[in-house]
Amino acid sequence: MLSNIGNALLFSNILLGISIIYFSFENLRNKEQRVSKKIYRLSLLQSTLIIICFFNLIAAFITSDFSIISVYQNSHSLKPFFYKVSGTWGNHEGSLLLWVIILTIFSFLFLIYNKSHPKNYRVYTLIVQNILILGFLFFILFNSNPFGVILPTPSEGLGLNPILQDPALAIHPPLLYVGFVGSSIYFSAAIASLITDYSDKLFAQSIKNWVLISWSFQTLGILTGSIWAYYELGWGGFWFWDPVENASLLPWFAMTALVHSLIALEKRKFLYFWVIILCLLTFILSVTGTFLVRSGILNSVHTFANDPSRGAYILIFLSLMIFASVLLFFKKFKTSNYNLNANSKETFILINNWFMIFYLITVLLGTIYPIFTEVLTDNKVSVGPPYYNTVIIPVVIFFLFFMAVGPQTKWIKNKFSNLNLLIKILFGAILINFVIIYLSKSYSLISNFIIISSIFLILSSLNDLYKTIKQRKIDLSRIISHSGFGFLILFIGLNYNFSLEKDLNLKVGEARKFENYLLEFKNLQLKDFKNYKAVVGEFKIKNLKENLELTLNPEIRIYESPNTITYEASIRTGILKDYYLTMSNIDRSEYYNIKFQKKPFMLWIWISVIFISLGGFLRLFKNEKNY
Amino acid sequence: MLTKKVKKRISFLSLLLIFTVLAVFFILKSLNNNILYFKSPTDIKSEQDTIINKKIRVGGMVKKNSIKIDNEEIKFIITDFKNELLVSYTGTVPNLFIEGKGVVAEGNLKDKKFFIADRILAKHDENYMPLELRGIIKKDAK
Repeated sequence: MLSNIGNALLFSNILLGISIIYFSFENLRNKEQRVSKKIYRLSLLQSTLIIICFFNLIAAFITSDFSIISVYQNSHSLKPFFYKVSGTWGNHEGSLLLWVIILTIFSFLFLIYNKSHPKNYRVYTLIVQNILILGFLFFILFNSNPFGVILPTPSEGLGLNPILQDPALAIHPPLLYVGFVGSSIYFSAAIASLITDYSDKLFAQSIKNWVLISWSFQTLGILTGSIWAYYELGWGGFWFWDPVENASLLPWFAMTALVHSLIALEKRKFLYFWVIILCLLTFILSVTGTFLVRSGILNSVHTFANDPSRGAYILIFLSLMIFASVLLFFKKFKTSNYNLNANSKETFILINNWFMIFYLITVLLGTIYPIFTEVLTDNKVSVGPPYYNTVIIPVVIFFLFFMAVGPQTKWIKNKFSNLNLLIKILFGAILINFVIIYLSKSYSLISNFIIISSIFLILSSLNDLYKTIKQRKIDLSRIISHSGFGFLILFIGLNYNFSLEKDLNLKVGEARKFENYLLEFKNLQLKDFKNYKAVVGEFKIKNLKENLELTLNPEIRIYESPNTITYEASIRTGILKDYYLTMSNIDRSEYYNIKFQKKPFMLWIWISVIFISLGGFLRLFKNEKNY
Repeated sequence: MLTKKVKKRISFLSLLLIFTVLAVFFILKSLNNNILYFKSPTDIKSEQDTIINKKIRVGGMVKKNSIKIDNEEIKFIITDFKNELLVSYTGTVPNLFIEGKGVVAEGNLKDKKFFIADRILAKHDENYMPLELRGIIKKDAK
């Protein structure tokens, strides 16, 4: 039943998409200045139907309607309610439906929120966006239908992969999708802008809020994914340079470049064609990432059941998109003359963009390099964290300095009147660095540079805050984002240098001493839970120097549906540091494999990222107020 | 004579070009230094010169009844049903590290028969087969 409703809704959405495109072209032909009422109504109906369609799928998951394949494959009647709901988008088909919802809602919102802009520009945006919507709807209906039926109806589902049953991962896909699917709207707007020659300042104003929304959500999406990896994968790390993570980072770099160059376009009518390239690039990278992840071309720790036919469809769609946008771009491209002064805010914005493109190319090359070597030389290779660390870390040092100085420069022509102050701040940063070394321990030269440059950024952002408060023209959003980034790099640097990690093999009752710690394996218990059984260990950790004693209880969970074993880390989160313990069992042995870690400032790494995205949201509210 | 504007533009473009070339060179060089080659025990045996100092990945199946564990390290044998490689590892193993299942170990070769791993990889999926391994198993099935 639910499956029929779902299919009917999907089908009517295809009809709606086609009719919106038809009426839009009709609207373009007549002389009227306004977008016709019919188009508004159809768009509203389109959004409403796709949301109902999604709730329909959620209902199928909640009621455990196993006649639907995607429910059968990804749910189980004994699963907690929360994970039944989040299971809706925890699989390939459901997540594609979420993808289409965001395309559709953004299409509608863009239409109603840009009434001050010319009709043609808005209508062309709507047309391009609806072509994207149709492309994905066809993909869903013919290749990855979430409402596909299985006969005879199974009595029980296969269950959701237990490592996906986690609160951070439940909200991760929606956040990330608002980010990179949201970028579709400025892809469409960029194409419309090229077609209608609607450029410069007003174009920048029409898309900047959408860029901010997608950027802020993308940041949060990456954060939740990273938190999940930290809690669930049990390695104690939060970023692995895994292809899936890279796929979310690539559009983020393009968006960050776009957020900055849009300011130059809005204020100085500078960089129009570059902004267009970034708009197109962001969404193209989003789709590319999806293609790489879903087609199974790249190997990754995350699991999406792979299917080459999906890859083929996305690849065709992607090539069409790239081909059309490149063709249109070169047809419309004209060189523009802008008298750029080397010392001006424009230059610093360009520098930001160069850095972003550098990061983008680095990560892109690292991600796809294994595909090329496999095809060309038949060598199977993988590119690991050392590559990213050697390429990115030294460059970040310079980046942080530019990031500190750039925002305080003036448009057109700048003079460094505050050079003295900058040197003072630099000395302050170096001093703090040596205080850290004096109080704790020394670290490598490159870590010194990283910590000095991040403190430099934080201090000059704070100085900026103080100065702007005095002048009463405070730009809180930028200061929060920039200092958030400074704190992020600082805490990652400290975390990297002050982490402690120890692997041990212990039997019940044994204890071991290392550094200042005594780790005791006290006890082992078997517990029954609703949808899994767990072996719970009891460990006592004593710090012999400080008067610290705590108990940690890592678990080995045995799930029955699907039949899986997972290791649950036991994490004691503190303001200054986390203690992290995982336990695993090895075949036919009394030994348990224990990993103990002390991870300083984990909490602050998460908070820094929240601050980065908070800056984006604040700017959004400020823009709204100014209208 | 070139005007001031053109001169400025030329210097700007050449600076940009130099930066780009340097950046690309730097990226490619670190890429080359840091890629991990994936090998099976048979590849290692048939190779003329064994790479000792470079990190590699070795994949195969964990041989039945080969895991030995004491309170220092874990030893096991990776096999591709033709050749074997003894692996020593200190650290946590992933939850699907089971005898008879696929495994990928990352680390350094000591010699052609002995490998010191510093990371063991496996995916969190009961049907997981490392991508690199699929080829080997297929070859074997023939």
